[in-house]
Amino acid sequence: MFFFLLFLALSYDTVQAIPKQSPKAVMTEQVALGKRVWEVNNCIGCHTLLGEGAYFAPELGNVYQRRGPEFIKAWIQAQPTNAPGRRQMPQFHLSQEELDAVVAFLKYSSEINTNNWPPNIEG
Amino acid sequence: MTSHVAALNAAGAQRADGHAQLRFRSQAVAKPYFIAAIGLFFLQIVFGLIMGLQYVIGDFMFPEIPFNVARMVHTNLLIVWLLFGFMGAGYYLIPEESERELYSPKLAIFTFWIFLVAGVLTVVGYLAVPYATLAQMTGNDLLPTMGREFLEQPTITKIGIVAVALSFLFNLSMTILAGRKTSISLVMMLGLWGLAVFFLFSFYNPDNLVMDKYFWWWVVHLWVEGVWELIMGAMLAFVLVKVTGVDREVIEKWLYLIIAMTLITGIIGTGHHYFWIGAPAYWQVLGSAFSALEPIPFFMMTLFAFNMVNKRRREHPNKAAVLWALGCGVMAFLGAGVWGFMHTLAPINYLTHGTQITASHGHMAFYGAYAMVVLTMISYAMPLIRGREANSNASQVVEMWSFWLMTIAMVFITLFLTAAGVLQVWLQRMGDSPMSFMATQDQVAFFYWLREAAGVVFLIGVILYVASFFINKQDN
Repeated sequence: MFFFLLFLALSYDTVQAIPKQSPKAVMTEQVALGKRVWEVNNCIGCHTLLGEGAYFAPELGNVYQRRGPEFIKAWIQAQPTNAPGRRQMPQFHLSQEELDAVVAFLKYSSEINTNNWPPNIEG
Repeated sequence: MTSHVAALNAAGAQRADGHAQLRFRSQAVAKPYFIAAIGLFFLQIVFGLIMGLQYVIGDFMFPEIPFNVARMVHTNLLIVWLLFGFMGAGYYLIPEESERELYSPKLAIFTFWIFLVAGVLTVVGYLAVPYATLAQMTGNDLLPTMGREFLEQPTITKIGIVAVALSFLFNLSMTILAGRKTSISLVMMLGLWGLAVFFLFSFYNPDNLVMDKYFWWWVVHLWVEGVWELIMGAMLAFVLVKVTGVDREVIEKWLYLIIAMTLITGIIGTGHHYFWIGAPAYWQVLGSAFSALEPIPFFMMTLFAFNMVNKRRREHPNKAAVLWALGCGVMAFLGAGVWGFMHTLAPINYLTHGTQITASHGHMAFYGAYAMVVLTMISYAMPLIRGREANSNASQVVEMWSFWLMTIAMVFITLFLTAAGVLQVWLQRMGDSPMSFMATQDQVAFFYWLREAAGVVFLIGVILYVASFFINKQDN
């Protein structure tokens, strides 16, 4: 019981601290839309985001720095590659607005202060 | 010898011809729950093999079953079959502990069909239409909860899970209130209520990704490293009371110590998930320190199982159930305890977070702790539900073969994934010229092949396990 109360107190402190921890990660309507697009296409079913998710495809928490916005959009639109034997990403038929929103969400994710994780740009 | 006979007589329901009866007829409602659990377990393994192959033959079954769909089916089936197992266990053990019939067997059967149909429809939905279409069809926009790992179920399915859980808890709570209250049944109920309460956080999905992740763990971690351990402890204690004949007082003392250690280490231990998701850095200290102690309750379970079996006061004819109970104690400690500890300290986790190391731990921990405790319970209870104290020798031999095949296969799956993970960390995260994710994956493909081979052995184990239920020949 003591430990549960301690956990609640720490969680209260964390919830207060989360916005201050990542001043650069600014929430906007577009980011929120991007998160929804991320969710309803089950991106987490193959990728990790801040290290959490599936381990089948690259980490995307820092993909904004690794690849940049234009590459991300072009990549999503070009799928699947249909290269024989290679891992395939489905075609999600995203609109231009949705593509921009996903990029905004990934930019936001990359600006979260993760205590310096991942160790390098490869994720 | 005389004490042995006395113990057998004390078992009551046992008759000379090997037939036995349930102490309470309503305990039989557990049967469909156990059958569903086994069926879904089988399917889970099939989808695991599909995913395992996709790791090395990337376009296998694409676009019919993309990896994300196979994984969602694999992990969701795991959760659902374990829930079926916990529910069956609850319906079986609560009446016996309470010494009265279940409050409403009809409600239990009705709830079973609701849960099964909802579960099957959800999986069919995953497979039949693109996930985004499923989200649209089920009105995800009204209350967006989908698209987060393990909580991929449509919101309406989540509401169904809550309804099923409430019906189940109502039924058991009414039974327990009117009957005998034991430590085992109270720990079981605490665990099951906790399971339902923490699941409610799956409906909380804030736009802020850090907040989302922070409370997502209130479902995932506080389930598997919190309240599920209480359920597991209670199930193990129940079976050990039955198969060893050791005094209940002794077993209950162990149970209390185990759950105390679970809660002391596991709750603050949640912090080991808060290192790199945008939470304050003090979690690195707290999470490391407390989660380093999380192996303790699992080690106590190992000692518990072996001590009780060593001190047994009867030779229970169901040797397979005893084997499962011992195996569960060992494998839970290895998978959850040792493999968890291996990467739980922040400086190590910095390198291993989100790699195949995580996957290796997940596989052995879920199998060792939760799959095996459910299989222990099924192994003990199913023969009784089918009117005999234990299955025939022939059937038990096949069941024990399945135990060893599955367990050894899982050890190798874990070792191969660990090897893949170490190599992945080395190539992708250490050194001056790290490789890209995909280039690294090509380098470790050899271990993925070995993992897949071990997976095939696991499947053979599951098939033998199912077959053991159809070997009814009585020994004479």
